[in-house]
Amino acid sequence: MSLEEELQSNVSVASSSPTSNCISRNNTSGGLKEHNYLGLSDCSSVGSSTLSGLAEDDKATISLKATELTLGLPGSQSPVRDTDLNLLSPVKLDEKPFFPLLPTKDEICSSSQKNIGSGNKRGFSDTMDQFAEAKSSVYTEKNWMFPEAAATQSVTKKDMPQNIPKGQSSTTNNSSSPPAAKAQIVGWPPVRSYRKNTLATTCKNSDEVDGRPGSGALFVKVSMDGAPYLRKVDLRSYTNYGELSSALEKMFTTFTLGQCGSNGGTGKDILSETKLKDLLNGKDYVLTYEDKDGDWMLVGDVPWEMFIDVCKKLKIMKGCDAIGLAAAPRAMEKSKMRA
Amino acid sequence: MNYFPDEVIEHVFDFVTSHKDRNTISLVCKSWYKIERFSRQQVFIGNCYAINPERLLRRFPCFKSLTLKGKPHFADFNLVPHEWGGFVQPWIEALARGRVGLEELRLKRMVVTDESLELLSRSFASFKSLVLVSCEGFTTDGLASIAANCRHLQELDLQENEIDDHRGQWLSCFPDTCTTLVTLNFACLEGETNLVALERLVARSPNLKSLKLNRAVPLDALARLMLCAPQIVDLGVGSYENDPDSESYLKLKAAIKKCTSLRSLSGFLEAAPHCLSAFHPICHNLTSLNLSYAAEIHGSHLIKLIQHCKNLQRLWILDSIGDNGLEVVASTCKELQELRVFPCDLVGVGDTTVTEEGLVAISAGCPKLHSILYFCNQMTNAALIIVAKNCPNFIRFRLCILEPNKPDHETSQPLDEGFGAIVKACKSLRRLSVSGLLTDQVFYYIGMYANQLEMLSIAFAGDTDKGMLSVLNGCKKMRKLEIRDSPFGDKALLADVNKYETMRSLWMSSCEVTLSGCKRLAQKAPWLNVEIINENDNNRMEQNGHEGRQKVDKMYLYRTVVGTRMDVPPFVWIL
Repeated sequence: MSLEEELQSNVSVASSSPTSNCISRNNTSGGLKEHNYLGLSDCSSVGSSTLSGLAEDDKATISLKATELTLGLPGSQSPVRDTDLNLLSPVKLDEKPFFPLLPTKDEICSSSQKNIGSGNKRGFSDTMDQFAEAKSSVYTEKNWMFPEAAATQSVTKKDMPQNIPKGQSSTTNNSSSPPAAKAQIVGWPPVRSYRKNTLATTCKNSDEVDGRPGSGALFVKVSMDGAPYLRKVDLRSYTNYGELSSALEKMFTTFTLGQCGSNGGTGKDILSETKLKDLLNGKDYVLTYEDKDGDWMLVGDVPWEMFIDVCKKLKIMKGCDAIGLAAAPRAMEKSKMRA
Repeated sequence: MNYFPDEVIEHVFDFVTSHKDRNTISLVCKSWYKIERFSRQQVFIGNCYAINPERLLRRFPCFKSLTLKGKPHFADFNLVPHEWGGFVQPWIEALARGRVGLEELRLKRMVVTDESLELLSRSFASFKSLVLVSCEGFTTDGLASIAANCRHLQELDLQENEIDDHRGQWLSCFPDTCTTLVTLNFACLEGETNLVALERLVARSPNLKSLKLNRAVPLDALARLMLCAPQIVDLGVGSYENDPDSESYLKLKAAIKKCTSLRSLSGFLEAAPHCLSAFHPICHNLTSLNLSYAAEIHGSHLIKLIQHCKNLQRLWILDSIGDNGLEVVASTCKELQELRVFPCDLVGVGDTTVTEEGLVAISAGCPKLHSILYFCNQMTNAALIIVAKNCPNFIRFRLCILEPNKPDHETSQPLDEGFGAIVKACKSLRRLSVSGLLTDQVFYYIGMYANQLEMLSIAFAGDTDKGMLSVLNGCKKMRKLEIRDSPFGDKALLADVNKYETMRSLWMSSCEVTLSGCKRLAQKAPWLNVEIINENDNNRMEQNGHEGRQKVDKMYLYRTVVGTRMDVPPFVWIL
C-alpha cells in the first residue's frame, strides 16, 4: 500500500475500527510489539514518499503533510532511533508525541511550509535518511489523525501514556478540537506536575459547581508488583475503564512478557475494551486502587466518573494478593455511602 | 602567608557566607583553605552525586547546614523516572554516624522516606530547620517524627512536595513544649488537618512569622489563626470560601487589619473572589503575592486586589490575568522585581492567556524588573526587542511559548532576533529559557553575548550542531545546560570534553546524540558520569548490538569526584 493510499484510507475511514495496520497492531500485539505503538515497521515502507512532494492541492495530504512537517521540525523526533528497519527491536518510541498540531491547520500549514525547506536542513540529513524522517513523521501523524480509531485503542507510550490518550480521547469528544493537542508532548509545557495536579483539583472542584467537565490533569501513581519502577498516569486522559486498561497494559506489558499466555503471545487480535480484567486475570494480576479513605479496592465496579474522583493510586497486584478485596458489594456500598 | 592569627582570619571569613565566595577563598593558599574548611557552616551541594557524604565530612567537619539537590531540573516535567535516584537516606545516615551538629537541611528534588525523616529527627539534637522542595517519597508519618522529636524546631517548610497524606495527627505530635516555630508551611498536604491542634500550635508560637496552610483549613479557622498570630509576615491561605456576610468573615476582616507586619501572601487554593476585599487594607504593605494556584480568582477581583498592591516586588500569577491585567500591574507595581505568569489551562481550552503585549507593558512599567518567567501563546521579535530596551537588567529571563516551534506571529520569522536582543542588552543575564521557532542563529547570539549565562534551557530549537557548539564555546560561565528535542548530536557533544568539567551538568533528551558518541565521551572524560536513561529497554540497547548509531533518548552527564554512583536503578546505564 502506498503511503498516500494508506494514509488517506485511514483519514477517511477514521470511524472504522482499526483496520489501520499501524495503529491496531499495536494494541493487539500485546507482548511482542508493545513498544511499537505506532507501527513504524508497517509504515516504514510508506514513509519514504512522505516528504517528496505530495500534491499540495490534495486536501487530505495537505493536512497530513501539515502535521508531518510540524513533526519533522528540529529534533522533535529521533527518527533513526533504530537502525533496524524492521523495528522489531523494542526501541522506545518516544515520547515525543507532541505535535501541537491542530490549533489552526492554517497556521500550521504556513509555518510548516516555511519549514519544509529548513526542516530538511535541520541536521537531520547527517544521520538520517529521508526515510527515517518520514517514518517518524508518519508515525506521529498517525497518532493524531485518526482520533476515533485511536480512542478505542488508547495508543500510548510506555512511559508517558497520559499524553497521548488525553489527546485522543479529547479529540473523540470534541472532534479533534485544536486545543486538546497542546497537552500531548511529554513534559510540555514545562510546568511542574505538582502545579498541574493542584490546579486540576481546583478546577475540578469549581467546575463541579459550575457543571462544566473538569479540565486539567489528574496524575496518579501506578505501581505493579514485581516491577522495578512505577509510572504516573493522567486519569483525566481516559474516558472509561477500557482506555485505562489498554494504557496500563501497554505500560506494564514488558514485565509480563514472560508470562504471556493465550492472549499476548502471538496475538494480532484486536483488543476489545473490556480486556484488562480478563487479560490480567489470565496472567493472574488484578488492577486495584487506593481510594480517598485509604482502602484498596478492585477497579471497575463503580462508575468511571466516581472512580476518578476517589482514586488516589493504582496498583497492579498479583491475583493471590488481592484476595479479600471484595469487589462489587463493597465498592457499591461505599459509593452509596458517598452519594 | 598570614599576617594575622588564624582566629582573626576566621572571624573575617565569618562575614563571608556565600558558598561561591567561600570556595574562592579556599583556593587562595593552603592556610586559608584549612581555616576556611574548619569554619564553614553552610555547605551547598548542587548535585548530590558529585560528591559523597564521607568526603563531605572529611573536608568540612564542622558544618551545621546542608543543602542538597538531587534530580535534574527536567525531572519536574516528568522526564526523569521516579526511581532514578537522589536518595537522602545515605546522607542522613553518614551525618548521624559522623555526629555532625546538623541544624538545617534543605533538599530539592530528592527522595525522602519516612525512615529518613525519623532518623533525622532522632540524630541531631540541635536540629532547627527542614526545607523540602519538590521532594517525594514520604508521608505525614515522617512529618510526625519531625514534629515529635525535634525539640528546637524552628522551620518546617514543605514546598510543592508529593506527600502521602495519611490523615494522621502529625500536627498534634508537636509537644506542648514546642514554642520555637518560626516557619510552618504545609500547603502541599492534600488531606484534612487537625484544626484544633493547629490553632493551639500557632497560639503557643510567638515567633511564628511564616504560616502557609493547606486546602483543608477553612476561612473561619483562618480568622482564628490570624488573631493568634498578628505578627505574621508571610501567610498562605488555604481555603477561602465563605459568605461575605457571615460572622467569620467579619472576624477575618478584623484580624487582617491587625496583621500590620504581613508582607507576603499566597495560597487561595479555593477562593470565593468576592471575599478578597478583606485583604485590601493591608495590600499596600505586601511585597510578595503568589496567586498562581488561585485558579478561581479572575478578572476584576484580581485586578482590584492588585491595584492596592503598590509596593509589590514579587508577583506570581496565572495567565488568566490577561494582557489587560498585566497593564494594571505595570501601572501599579512600580517596585516589581520578579514576575511569573503561569498557564492556567494546560489543556488549551482557556479563555484568556497573555501575549507579547502584556510582556511589553510590564517591561515598560516596571523598571526594576530583573526576573521573569512568562508562559504565553504568542510572541514577536519586535516585542522582545522593546522588552530588551526597557529592561536591560534581567538576571533571569524565561519565556515559554506554549506551542513548540511557533514563529513570530506577525512576521512568521524565527524568534532569533528577539532573543538576540535580550542577550545583547542584558549583560547580567544568568538564566535563560528559550522557546518558539529558533534556528542556530539564536545560539550564535547567545554564545556571543551571554557572558554571564549560567543556566540555559533549550527545547525544540536549533538546526545543526553549530547551535550547541556556539553555546559551549561562548558561554564561559555555563553551569547547567539542558536540551530537549533539538537536533544536536555527537559532534557538538564531543567537541570540547573539558568544558563539562567547568559545568555542573548537561541534560540532552530526544536529541541526535548516539550511544557510541556517549561512550566516546565517557572514555575521554572519566571524571564524568555519563548516564543513559532508558526506561523501556533495560539495556536492551546493548543486547541488540545496534549500539553505535542508536540514538540515546535521555542522557544526563555531570562531573563527579566519586565516580559511578552505587544506587543506579536498572534502567540507568552509566557508561
